[in-house]
Amino acid sequence: MNKYLFYPGCSMESSAKAYMQSMNAILEPLDLQMEEIEDWNCCGATEYLGINLIPAYSLIARNLALATKQMNGTRTVTAPCSACYLNLAKADYYMQERPSLGAKVNEALAAGGLQYTPGTLEIRHLIDILVYDIGLETIRSKVSRPLTGLRVAPYMGCMLPRPDYKHRWSDHEHPTELDDLLRALGVEVIDYPLTTNCCGGHMTQIGPETAFELIRRLVADADERGAHLMATVCPMCQMNLDAYQGEMNHYFGTDYHMPILFFTQLMGLAFGREPGDLGIGAELVSSRNALANIGVEVPVTQEPAAPRKKDEGLPMPRRWTKHEGKEAVK
Amino acid sequence: MPQMTDERVRAGLTREEDLSLLHEVSMKTAGVSHLEMCIQCGTCGGSCPAAQDMDHTPRMLFAMLRAGMREEVLRSNTPWICVSCYHCVVRCPQEVHIADVMYTLKGMAIKAKLYTDSTAPDFSQTFVDMVETYGRSFELGLASRHYLKHFPLRLPSMTPMGFGMVTKGRMPIKPKRIRHMKQLNNILNRAKQLELTS
Repeated sequence: MNKYLFYPGCSMESSAKAYMQSMNAILEPLDLQMEEIEDWNCCGATEYLGINLIPAYSLIARNLALATKQMNGTRTVTAPCSACYLNLAKADYYMQERPSLGAKVNEALAAGGLQYTPGTLEIRHLIDILVYDIGLETIRSKVSRPLTGLRVAPYMGCMLPRPDYKHRWSDHEHPTELDDLLRALGVEVIDYPLTTNCCGGHMTQIGPETAFELIRRLVADADERGAHLMATVCPMCQMNLDAYQGEMNHYFGTDYHMPILFFTQLMGLAFGREPGDLGIGAELVSSRNALANIGVEVPVTQEPAAPRKKDEGLPMPRRWTKHEGKEAVK
Repeated sequence: MPQMTDERVRAGLTREEDLSLLHEVSMKTAGVSHLEMCIQCGTCGGSCPAAQDMDHTPRMLFAMLRAGMREEVLRSNTPWICVSCYHCVVRCPQEVHIADVMYTLKGMAIKAKLYTDSTAPDFSQTFVDMVETYGRSFELGLASRHYLKHFPLRLPSMTPMGFGMVTKGRMPIKPKRIRHMKQLNNILNRAKQLELTS
């Protein structure tokens, strides 16, 4: 049994529930145990750091301090979200690099009866654990339904391989961990040079035009290279590419339909689990047609909104139904 | 593009005075910023996926810091457009912590109240308010407060997305609060005091 401390992050309970569900589905076959850090708090994403320095790092460090209380046979904290992973790793690293920051953060933590010595914990992302601790051989041995014929664009995103304080990744711009993992599942991995380009981050909220262009580049390139879908390792990437793909299409007058799944959902499929157990169907850009290519049938988990009957009445936005409308009829 | 022939340059301010801004930003940045080491090569701007929307490329902004152009720097939209993708950071030959410098500049701009568009600072502040109330992020509360104030016209075109997120169970209606909220607030309050005295 491989045991790790687990920092889920806020998205895993909301927008990325499918990631949580599919991760839980692959833990048992891989003999993995994730122990959640008790009473963890938000890592501050990319917002808190821009307001105040010491409160931002204290917010992150509270999680690290809580984790040290649960160090029982392991000192590795696993985060499935790239932004959480980076923030936790960053706090640990900068508290060491700048001892005056570490001292102040500890002074703040003391107000809550906590303390953290930088370097105590190892902060790692879920895919890092899977590729380097569990290993591709083990993963390959668990595959009962090879995803042969599924063309996937491997999208690593930016905050995972960069800035890479502890040199954990094969490359900062073209890492191959996700490619290798997907290949072990039988997937046909396409060449995807934009693999670590940005999904737009928080710009979908504060400067949508900037974000739409970044989303367009990623989706258009995957589409041109013939990908059936894109695999991500981060809730924020999934959210931006999936939930905002419709608005992006509207903005540019394009008609892309690129489903975005978490890599753990593909692992679950390859391990023989059913789509419904893996949160497949929770994505807004349906993966139904993409997965039909390998004979996987995605059940309709949610009744789509009834199509509008007449063209009269208030003009309501109907973008999503362009693709989903056909399914609604079935 | 602002006037690069700044009044202060012509006024012949001392080099020491110019460098004080650079030093201030460097000291306020987490980790060792290496900001003083910038050689103006422009790799950062050339690597930036969002540079086209920035008032100044990072390289230009750093030159302005060195020139002591405080107001122009803090008015620039550059730190707010930065998407924290760290492309520039790993390519910078001088290992300047560029993304972290951008965070520092955002904080300084908020304190100086110099920004011209409050969309981004308000979003950060709303996010912080949610975290300080619940200990976790609360997307529905965050999104509705933010969009009503800053993008009311975008709401109709976003309705299908919001509807989809809620019906697919991806956007809980209620926030989740951590158990030891008081402990977290004690920590944050102490941290804020320390921030003021540092």
